[in-house]
Amino acid sequence: MKHLIDIKDLSVEEIKDLIEVANDIIHSREKYSHKCDGKKLATLFFEPSTRTRLSFEAAMLELGGNVIGFSSANSSSTSKGESVSDTIRTVGCYADIIAMRHPKEGAALVASEKSIVPIINAGDGGHNHPTQTLTDLLTIQCEKSRLSDLTIGLCGDLKFGRTVHSLITAMSRYKNIKFILISPTELKIPEYIKEEVLKKNKIEFKETKDIEEYMNDLDILYMTRVQKERFFNEEDYVRLKDYYILNEEKLKKAKKNLCIMHPLPRVNEISKEVDEDPRAAYFRQVEYGKYIRMALILKMLEVH
Amino acid sequence: MNIDSIKNGIVIDHIKAKNGMKIYEALNLKELQCSVAIITNAKSQKMERKDIIKIDKEFDINLDALGFIDPDITINIVKDGKIIEKKHIEKPEKIINIVKCKNPRCITCVEKELDQIFILTDKEKNIYRCKYCEMRMN
Repeated sequence: MKHLIDIKDLSVEEIKDLIEVANDIIHSREKYSHKCDGKKLATLFFEPSTRTRLSFEAAMLELGGNVIGFSSANSSSTSKGESVSDTIRTVGCYADIIAMRHPKEGAALVASEKSIVPIINAGDGGHNHPTQTLTDLLTIQCEKSRLSDLTIGLCGDLKFGRTVHSLITAMSRYKNIKFILISPTELKIPEYIKEEVLKKNKIEFKETKDIEEYMNDLDILYMTRVQKERFFNEEDYVRLKDYYILNEEKLKKAKKNLCIMHPLPRVNEISKEVDEDPRAAYFRQVEYGKYIRMALILKMLEVH
Repeated sequence: MNIDSIKNGIVIDHIKAKNGMKIYEALNLKELQCSVAIITNAKSQKMERKDIIKIDKEFDINLDALGFIDPDITINIVKDGKIIEKKHIEKPEKIINIVKCKNPRCITCVEKELDQIFILTDKEKNIYRCKYCEMRMN
């Protein structure tokens, strides 16, 4: 049995297979509608996340399976002091596979050590969120028809943004990838990502505070939200939350086939006027998320 | 300064000066029911200054803890007043319950029954990371 805790748990070959299955699902949805008949997915969300939870649940329902679970720690036995391990052992008796979100970093790994069914990490604090990264990879593949030879701009909270760290790690395994890292000084990419991922893999990258400086070089612009829940100090959050607001004016110099992505939810970092721009891929990205989760559930349940 | 030689026990030698107390605490030597001597700032030809710990009893020593704090030390096993074995140690690949993760967002901070495990992720740069949250140990 295999778990998915970190995007690094998957080889490039396995990711390629998942993307192929997801693509097949997109084109032949009917073929997959009974693949998981009689199977149950448990969504254990110890902190709220409507989007990710609904994406997992929709994925399982579209495969013909059923869903059980909870959407906040208050409605689980955690509120009575139960450990993650005990919750997982119990739920493993009811479900065939578990998607788990927890506010503490490393919680999914703890769960996987005791689980009798496959665990999918649906986010552990600011640490890992591998299905978001798979969503991003499928989006890039579908929108750009390749995962290599790309210049990717990452903008916003590059310090606490786990999606950004995972995406850099994942994309560093493909050929000829360049990164433009756009952030205020306070939210710069951590040194260890630069040292242990970018420099180690000889990936070219540039850092800037100015979103427009390299706009015309970008194939992908990945915007991120400054997340309130990652700050201990409210003052810092208020000062930084609206540092970048992407609008049509700023996109003037961008390529015609730029792909604008965002893990959502967005607050102010992308102006509503951009939604109508055909380059805005972030709502399509949500849909890709469901398809890649369907492919992942099939793989982990070993359903062919 | 004279400290009697031990007959049966362990001498931890070549401890980097000022690391002696750290090792005393990491090995929980205060719990031993025997004499324990810590010599600090002793003159050394090899190291200029060093610490030495003499323990008047044989016991299972936590080599991972020692290797983590100071991989250059030598462990001498003494029997009948003679050194019968010299052990050299290495940086351990993994250390368990020697230091605690300081990341307040780590699962080990709320679930106290979990072991505190750190993994050596970069041998050259001596970087240990928490197994769970992957935060680097200072």
